[in-house]
Amino acid sequence: MASLNMVQTIARTLDEEMTRDERVVIMGEDVGKRGGVFLATENLFDKYGPDRVIDSPLSEAAIIGAAVGMAVHGLRPVAEIQFADYVYPGFDQLVSQAAKLRYRSGAQFSAPMVVRMPTGGGVKGGHHHSQNPETHFVHTPGLKVVYPSTPYDSKGLLKTAIRDEDPVVFMEPKRLYRAFKEEVPEEDYTIPLGEAVIRREGSDLVMISYGGTMTETLKAADALKEQGISAEVIDLRSLLPWDEQRVLESVARKGRVVLISEAPRTANFISEVAATISEEILDTLEAPPMRVTGFDTPYPYAQDREYLPGVNRILKAVQQVIDY
Amino acid sequence: MTTAEKTLNAQEHALHLLQQMLRIRRFEEKCAELYQATKIRGFLHLYIGEEAVATGVMEALQPDDAVVATYREHGHALLRGVSAEAIMAEMYGKQEGCSRGRGGSMHLFDKASRFYGGNAIVGGGLPLAVGLALADKLRGLKRVTACFFGEGAVAEGEFHESMNLAALWNLPVLFCCENTLYAMGTALARSESETNLTIKAASYEMPAWSVDGMDVLAVEEAAARAVAAIRAGGGPYFLEFRTYRFRAHSMFDPELYRSKEEVASWKERDPIELFSENLRGRGLLSDEDLVRLEQFAAEEVARAVDFAEAGSLEPLEELSRFVYSD
Repeated sequence: MASLNMVQTIARTLDEEMTRDERVVIMGEDVGKRGGVFLATENLFDKYGPDRVIDSPLSEAAIIGAAVGMAVHGLRPVAEIQFADYVYPGFDQLVSQAAKLRYRSGAQFSAPMVVRMPTGGGVKGGHHHSQNPETHFVHTPGLKVVYPSTPYDSKGLLKTAIRDEDPVVFMEPKRLYRAFKEEVPEEDYTIPLGEAVIRREGSDLVMISYGGTMTETLKAADALKEQGISAEVIDLRSLLPWDEQRVLESVARKGRVVLISEAPRTANFISEVAATISEEILDTLEAPPMRVTGFDTPYPYAQDREYLPGVNRILKAVQQVIDY
Repeated sequence: MTTAEKTLNAQEHALHLLQQMLRIRRFEEKCAELYQATKIRGFLHLYIGEEAVATGVMEALQPDDAVVATYREHGHALLRGVSAEAIMAEMYGKQEGCSRGRGGSMHLFDKASRFYGGNAIVGGGLPLAVGLALADKLRGLKRVTACFFGEGAVAEGEFHESMNLAALWNLPVLFCCENTLYAMGTALARSESETNLTIKAASYEMPAWSVDGMDVLAVEEAAARAVAAIRAGGGPYFLEFRTYRFRAHSMFDPELYRSKEEVASWKERDPIELFSENLRGRGLLSDEDLVRLEQFAAEEVARAVDFAEAGSLEPLEELSRFVYSD
């Protein structure tokens, strides 16, 4: 077992999958000789050559669209969009083509492919290097959306995504790429999509998050513990599908829930979770589901940590659901 | 081969080409009629006037090749080998249709004939074609992908990204630009700073030339030449077919953007009339031949309508199927 950070884990996982299945092909901007802007594809070009690690021009629509065609013709493309913010020029190919191919063709064709994208803020990236576009994709039937928060999960989920028969948007919280290491088993393992995990057991309330904000959520849980408040923490890990059963069971038992996501507030994916809780188990709630999110502004540069749902904002929301 | 045999073969092939164009024309005319009768709903785009393009290009393709088309793709699907029944049923929205009735006129698919779809997003199919061809190349297959699009698509970024990738990676794609002079209601000169489309292709180092899209033999010859070169590893080719749609863009189009005189002058070069006259002049087409060809087309259309009429709607509870793999 090796101690690895998330980006090292992703590079190793891609390597393992390319060895396991020769249909797996990587394509994207700077993924080859450069090894990826974050080095998520480091050394793969040397190992597998230019036919399997394909440096593409800055053409997001063609990268995603070509991946659809490659998938239809029997390959397993893993496309990298260099920053999630760059996916918008390729939005049509992802949303109108990849997502709908199976349905549109009456199940004659499908696009088993992965689109990886370093996502989220906290790296002083400013407006075009910090965004969280997951809401667009969870709003697109036909796509699956995954958003791990740990090295261990990134391996198991990426393997599942590559082996999945449907197009998967794989969002990687880039501020966690090198934030910490953990033991990552060398053997092959997968984690099913749509299966949340409980990161902290607790009895007083439930905190639900995913991706980059898991760090702040866990810190908030630690701070609460010192105050004598026991918070369960759920990491959703995948957003489409998401683990409705696990969430509803936990929230129904505790009666209080805070939901945390760094994407802008309006129509944030986490609002869907809150709405489901309200519809399904309202009578078990002691307080309204409370959201802690990014703001309805473009992503600011200098004050980007303030944009994120930090520990203080999470604690404030927890206090509100406890005092309600 | 004796001269008599050559003449016979030539005649057989010529009549086949005429037959193919007539099949499209009669099918499309029936679609227009069925639209008025509200059997076909939504948005309907007819290929009348452009038949020579699909006919000539399809002749150059092998069964193993792939075809990517647009929202004006009934003719392409029909000639590629999708049955008229399955196409018509699709337009009726019946589950017996080639896309289970979920897509309608603009979303015809057929795995068996390697028909990778209509596409209602202009330019949306080009990256797909590039990917199909890239996969073929990486897997060492000598297959060609023919990608049809209108001249309106050249204004889309996806066109330029796809042209560049195909040329850069020497991919086996035949780009078939059906230049009808109008992107819906906007003339080419009003949407492009450079109206010579082959220059755009040439700027990507791609062999490109213009073809009389009303002359089925010219189309066939150009496509055969390009496909042979592509299959031999010569990379992508771009053919601009100069053609014209005789009907409105869709069924809701008062055609304020072009004159009746212009439409009339193009109709004088009707690809079916032109070719028929050519054949008659050479003694290769008799009245009896034409009756036979027309009868074949009429029977095919009649069978298609019967099949579509007899079809059924997909049960509502099944509409959630195939969003994802089961």
